[in-house]
Amino acid sequence: MLEHLELFFKSIFIDNMVFATFLGMCSYLAVSKKVSTAVGLGAAVIFVLAITVPLNWLLDQYILQPGALSWMGPEYADYDLSFLSFIMFIATIATMVQLVEIVVEKFSPSLYNSLGIFLPLIAVNCAILGGSLFMQSREIETLGLATTYGVGSGIGWFLAILAIAAIREKIRYSNVPPALRGLGITFIITGLMAIGFMSFGGMLTGGDEETKEDTTVEVQVTPTDDNTELANNTKIEE
Amino acid sequence: MGLLSKKDAALIKDPLADNNPITIQVLGICSALAITAELEASIVMSISVLFVLGIGNVVISLMRNIIPSKIRIIVQLIVVATLVIIVDLVLKAFAYELSKTLSVFVGLIITNCIIMGRFEAFALGNGPWRSFLDGIGNALGYAVILIIVGFFRELLGSGTLLGIPVLGDPIEKTGLYALGYENNGFMLLSPMALIVVGIIIWVQRTRNKTLIED
Repeated sequence: MLEHLELFFKSIFIDNMVFATFLGMCSYLAVSKKVSTAVGLGAAVIFVLAITVPLNWLLDQYILQPGALSWMGPEYADYDLSFLSFIMFIATIATMVQLVEIVVEKFSPSLYNSLGIFLPLIAVNCAILGGSLFMQSREIETLGLATTYGVGSGIGWFLAILAIAAIREKIRYSNVPPALRGLGITFIITGLMAIGFMSFGGMLTGGDEETKEDTTVEVQVTPTDDNTELANNTKIEE
Repeated sequence: MGLLSKKDAALIKDPLADNNPITIQVLGICSALAITAELEASIVMSISVLFVLGIGNVVISLMRNIIPSKIRIIVQLIVVATLVIIVDLVLKAFAYELSKTLSVFVGLIITNCIIMGRFEAFALGNGPWRSFLDGIGNALGYAVILIIVGFFRELLGSGTLLGIPVLGDPIEKTGLYALGYENNGFMLLSPMALIVVGIIIWVQRTRNKTLIED
């Protein structure tokens, strides 16, 4: 239970999709002009991530990983299909998005009206594919944890787009230099928000260290982590 | 430009500045920001996108009359995914360290909006040669921004370019460091990429007033 909570908060705040890894920036910038549309897209992202990450976890575990095919018989045990993961993941995502769209349209027309136009956009949202690829590269251990990770990073993305949409609604009344209006100021605000989110970095390491050791998320190889290390090194050298 | 007619040349030149995919069309931001802490990674990423977008545009353009419009997104995704797998395997074979640095961001070229955006906006309606030029032009426009951002982040952040120290040695205090200069480790952190791109947009729109949004 504790590791679920830890992964949940880590994926919302510390490894926030938008602020730490810049995933889903395109739709983040394009659909954040109004709070109401931002909420719609954000909800759709949570929904799709919660479905596709566990599904791709199953694919990865039972088809793609080196040796994953051993359930079919001992002669398949040394197959390694991991080079196919991009194409499998994106195909799963595209079909799931289509399926979700059809199901939602059938059973809940009101939800479809609010989410519907965003669903096709989501198939090509980097946050969705990124969620699955990070799930793979961080070697998340169980199906439950993969679901937690999907929901958590979806909520993180939702928070980010909600915050920037609210800020953009207000900033329309401010006196921004003409050349920065629109896109430029949005970039800079996002940068400042990302600096703010960096302060969550120590959230999970503040307590006792030994519970941290056995979590799987430690083995990540994101560029941001290398950067923090580099930055720390330079500080030590000083 | 003897080889290309004026219209074709514009396909390559426009995306470099006034119709830049990153700063004007707002496409392909995700990967542009995450990997620009080092110049080398930016260059490799640019070359990968150049390859995928150039070839992908031609393939989609050749198939444009036989793709049913209802499933075109899936067809496009499959074409890109295949090309990206090629890039990924080549990188893993010849530049393993670098492919570790780029980690998932090579895979994310698939959902790089530049690629889908150009497929939708150009390749589906134009012939292969023009689509190829459009792909190359947009990939170069993307590369320009990536390389500018990578250049400044690596230079100011770690005092090196392509891994070669250019400002002297920070530990033995030679070169600029002898004058009391310090590396700004903050430039290596991800938020600064956003702010650098913001400043590029600012500079570009100050020089060309027609681009200003209201």
